[in-house]
Amino acid sequence: MMEAVLQISLLLLAVSMIGLVYRLVKGPTVPDRVVALDAMGVNLVSITAVLSMLLDTHNYLDVILLIGILAFIGTVAFAKFLEKGEVIEYDRDQ
Amino acid sequence: MKTNDVIFQTVAKVVFFMIIFFAVHLFFAGHYYPGGGFVGGLLTSGAIVLLLLAFDIKTVRHGFPLDFKWLIGLGLLFSVGTAAGSLLFNVPFFTHAYNYFQLPLFGKTSLHTAMLFDLGVYLVVIGVTMTIIQTIGESE
Repeated sequence: MMEAVLQISLLLLAVSMIGLVYRLVKGPTVPDRVVALDAMGVNLVSITAVLSMLLDTHNYLDVILLIGILAFIGTVAFAKFLEKGEVIEYDRDQ
Repeated sequence: MKTNDVIFQTVAKVVFFMIIFFAVHLFFAGHYYPGGGFVGGLLTSGAIVLLLLAFDIKTVRHGFPLDFKWLIGLGLLFSVGTAAGSLLFNVPFFTHAYNYFQLPLFGKTSLHTAMLFDLGVYLVVIGVTMTIIQTIGESE
C-alpha cells in the first residue's frame, strides 16, 4: 500500500518536472525561468525524499540538505543579478 | 541604485553558520558515509559565496583576512605530507594508520591519518574555488 502511494507520488513529481521544464524553456521573461529553476530544486528535494522512503534508507538525507542549500544560493544569485545587474560587487557603498 | 536588502543580509549571517556546520558534518562523516573533504570544501566555499552575495568583496576580505591562494599550498602540503609520511615508517606510499581511542564526550572513536589527507583536499578545494570566484568578481 505504502509503496504504491510512494510510486504514484514519484510519477506525479516527474510530471510536474515536465511542466517546469516547459516553463524554463518557453518562459516569456527571465524571472519566470528563475522561479521555474527554484521550483525544480524543490522538486528535486521532494523526489530525493520520496526515493529515500521508497528505498528505506537515511543516507539520502544529507543530499536533501545539500540540494536545498545549493538551490537557495543559486536563486539568491539570480535574484541579485536581476535586481542589481551584477552578482558580486566590490564595494556596495559606492 | 540603493536597494533594501536588510532581510537578506540578516538571513545570510545566520545561514552562513548553518552551512559551515553542515560542511563540517559532511567532512567528518566522509570516512564511512557519503561526504568527505571535497564536498565539505565546496559547501564551505558556498557559504563564503553567500556572504559575498549578501555583502561585498571588501567586507568578506575584512572578515577573512587571508589570501586564499595560501590555502592551496597548505592543503597540498597536508596531502603530500600525509602520503609521504608513511615512507618514514618503512611502509608503501599512501599507507594510512588508524586506531581506536576512548575520547571524553565522544566515546569510542576511530582516528585515521586518512583524515589529514582529507583535510588537505578540503583546504585545496576552498582555496581554488574562492580564488576563482574572487578573480571573476573583481575583474572590472
